[in-house]
Amino acid sequence: MTAPAPTSTVVRCRINGRDVEMLVPVRLTVAELLRDRLGLTGTKVSCEMQVCGVCTVLVDGNPVSSCATLACDLDGTEVLTVEGLARGRNLHPVQEAFMDANALQCGFCTPGFIMMAVALLDAHPDADQAEVREWMDGNLCRCTGYAPIETAVTVAASRMDAQ
Amino acid sequence: MTSPRSDAWEKVTGRARYAVDAVLPNMAHAAVVRSERAHAYLTGIDRAEAEAAPGVIAVVTAEDLGDLGRRFGHIVPDHAILAVDKVRYYGEPVAVVVAETPHQAADAAELVWVDYDDLPALTDAVTALASDVLIHEQSYVEPGQKFLDVAPAASTDNIAHRNELAWGDAEAALAAAATVVETTTTFPLVYGYAMETYNALADWQPGSLHVVSTAQHPLMVRRELARMFSLPLAAVRVEVPYIGGGYGSKSYTKLEPLAAAASWAAGRPVKVTTDVEAAMYTTRADGALVTVRTGFDADARICARDIDIRFDTGAYADNSPLVLTKSINRSFGPYRIPNLRVRGVAAYTNTSPASSYRGFGAPQAALAGELNMDMAADRLGIDPVELRRRNLLAPGDTIIDGKRPLDADLAADLDAIVFALDQHAFERDAAVQAGGDQHAADQHDAVDVGIRRGRAVAVTASDAGASPISTAQVRMHADGSVTLLVSSTEMGQGSRTALAQIAARELCVSIEAVAVGQSDTRFTPFEWTTGASRTTTVVGLAVQAACADLWDNLRVKAAESAGVPVDDVVVHGGRVHLAAEVSNTVSGLGAGGDVVGEHGTGLGAGAAGALGAGERGTGAADAAPVVKDSGSGLTPAEVIRQWFGADAGEVVGVGVVRRDGATAVLPPFWEIGAVGVEVSVDVATGEVTVEHLVTVGDVGHAVNPDLVKGQDLGAATQGLGIALWEEMVYDGEQLTNPNLVEYRVPRLRDTPRRITSVLAERGDGAGPYGAKGAGEGALNPVPAAVAAAVGRAVGVWPTELPLTPPRVWSLLQQAQQ
Ligand code: FES
Ligand code: FES
Repeated sequence: MTAPAPTSTVVRCRINGRDVEMLVPVRLTVAELLRDRLGLTGTKVSCEMQVCGVCTVLVDGNPVSSCATLACDLDGTEVLTVEGLARGRNLHPVQEAFMDANALQCGFCTPGFIMMAVALLDAHPDADQAEVREWMDGNLCRCTGYAPIETAVTVAASRMDAQ
Repeated sequence: MTSPRSDAWEKVTGRARYAVDAVLPNMAHAAVVRSERAHAYLTGIDRAEAEAAPGVIAVVTAEDLGDLGRRFGHIVPDHAILAVDKVRYYGEPVAVVVAETPHQAADAAELVWVDYDDLPALTDAVTALASDVLIHEQSYVEPGQKFLDVAPAASTDNIAHRNELAWGDAEAALAAAATVVETTTTFPLVYGYAMETYNALADWQPGSLHVVSTAQHPLMVRRELARMFSLPLAAVRVEVPYIGGGYGSKSYTKLEPLAAAASWAAGRPVKVTTDVEAAMYTTRADGALVTVRTGFDADARICARDIDIRFDTGAYADNSPLVLTKSINRSFGPYRIPNLRVRGVAAYTNTSPASSYRGFGAPQAALAGELNMDMAADRLGIDPVELRRRNLLAPGDTIIDGKRPLDADLAADLDAIVFALDQHAFERDAAVQAGGDQHAADQHDAVDVGIRRGRAVAVTASDAGASPISTAQVRMHADGSVTLLVSSTEMGQGSRTALAQIAARELCVSIEAVAVGQSDTRFTPFEWTTGASRTTTVVGLAVQAACADLWDNLRVKAAESAGVPVDDVVVHGGRVHLAAEVSNTVSGLGAGGDVVGEHGTGLGAGAAGALGAGERGTGAADAAPVVKDSGSGLTPAEVIRQWFGADAGEVVGVGVVRRDGATAVLPPFWEIGAVGVEVSVDVATGEVTVEHLVTVGDVGHAVNPDLVKGQDLGAATQGLGIALWEEMVYDGEQLTNPNLVEYRVPRLRDTPRRITSVLAERGDGAGPYGAKGAGEGALNPVPAAVAAAVGRAVGVWPTELPLTPPRVWSLLQQAQQ
């Protein structure tokens, strides 16, 4: 008789600069790890099938749907969530741009949009409007009608460019 | 003026707390076992296996609920917490499993075995109304029972509600009309999709119940829970942190009884969440089949409208009887109609229960009503804008007898729309011509070959269902800063910001000096609902009244401290003075009491300049307290400290709004929808692109213009979703697209190529500074406007939404025949 497959595994990673070592069930998602185990509730969950983007976090700099990624796959990675963006009291330029452009209402989609925008501007600091529209098309917002979000990302791009 | 949102920092840093983030010590998790039949008797539930599963604390079915009031429903108490004896829609909660972790609960829920004895499934309104099979076999309504102006149908013949509105003799007038135009449309079943799906955390303890949930109307939920759990209102605490989108879909009671019953059964705090599929089973909007017949005289003036509305209300009534009543009131449009008959029926069907959704019956009815105006214009050979102008009501005209006269200038709104649409078309043509060279022009033509364009306008007027019952409390602290307590829920509309602005303006303090608490029935004062675009208007008036009361109390305190009669104390320029001090400098002030009275209610109506903030149309929120014009008197903070004899204490003002004064006549305002769209249709694919969207926010006064524009664009975008993509599709018993892959909502790249957002501020509202509501208006006419614009583009009038590429393609084929 073969031993049953392990149902938990140890994951070691860095989340927002903090070293994390945890025994996690293999089926635990990254979103569950963040929200339920670590109290990082800034990351939200909605569609649970990689359509809405609210759960976006960065894993080794790449945008990832935390609802559809297993926590055990984080082993050896560096994770950034919305809580880890600001430097102390200083917001990330993308966060500032979202405030300035009034790019949020209920705010539930906001962390996901912000993380996706950070990923975009890291990869393409001089992103043009078409790139902004393409990258952000995978994030849903039900409140704003998107126009202010597009503006926020464009504004952040130009501000970061100027820096 | 536009103040930045007070919640922005919390929301961009991920710190804002939503109901779904709430935890309580020793909290357990629930998973709901849902029906796999649309209509069936329950013959057995086997839970032994689930009960034995790891981590399971309790498996609860209807029979465990004992003498708990098992049904809820604020109009028709037809909705069981867990299905009793029979299920009425696919996805109805049958049992709930409580376990230590969400995974354990979900696993065990798979082990609950339910036996059914099938009944015919009636999944659309026409079938249900024609069938002898009853979805509800009994009536739950006590004779004479009423909710607002709605007395629900007492019969059970698959009718949740029936209503009628009529004047004149529509039948005779139609028979005599020069032209009669008939339109029938199908409005799809749509799902509000707030990104935070329904959830509730409940902690039942003997004699008390604490709930944290996504409820838009916490006080309504409190009332139902108190009744169901036989508790006094005060013992039920409903706390609503930030809500991740509401749009009406979180109105009234949803998961709260389920969570509370699970907590009661398990003896632990229990959290119930939903995924998108379960949320779609929880509440959707009413689908509608609407027929409009309009008769015109030889001058193209309306002589009669006859309208038939049939709602698909789903398995339980929820708020649909009220939605139907409102739909009837909103169906005929803001036109002069000498003879009218509207008949409405809300049918029970074996589908997800329907209830409120942004627009509240207006978009359903306006789709037929406004499309009918376009079809009529075509038939009569008149420009559709001109046809509307000829029939529009003027400001002050009666829409419905006994209700508030029209408080808006719709003709001016239409002018603004037409101007914007023309400007866009002009610029587009100019851009092509400016290209100059033949090549550019050729290319433009080439691109245009496969493209058809159409444009349309639509207008709606909604009798805001904003019952004027509202309370606000302002607590001024010893440094003059203020805590504002209201029970309005913050679901993104920015009410905390707008209400803080009103309080700041009334109290002559900066907006940073006003903190607004979250809605919590234990601490915040009574509020009827957060819906119907009511908050700025109705709660705003309550906030104004609370501020006036605060000033009064400050005068009393100042008088006591000074040992003078209170009439000798006046408020002027944000300070409290002895009347003798100011009588020389300010003319026209009456007795102190009058001044204060004027202060409280008069700021919006252009109060005397002496009152400081009054004459400054943009509000005082941006400025330091108005103190400079007075060398004497005391600041409110000084009054407080003087009275308490310490750097301590606080003074409270309470404001109440009821059906009286500015809100004596209902509705408190007519919410206007006025939009224009230009669309292009790709002939090869049937794909519709919105080239230009124009919204007019006819809001009287925009307390915060950015917030109003945000509401307008958000609402219009949801309207575009209904017009072009969104539809819950039933195939037999089951919803076939209960997820966001197949239920498609607007995405970023769907946004209109050009957006014009106009604010019409004519000060014609009953709210603070002449404000009226915003939030729903811009959705209501959008589906109709898009349908009419596509109809013009393809040459055939659409009859159903959404206008997906296959549907538009088949319209194009029809046009060729
Ligand atoms: S919740 Fe992960 S993409 Fe929607
Ligand atoms: S702000 Fe509410 S979903 Fe985007």
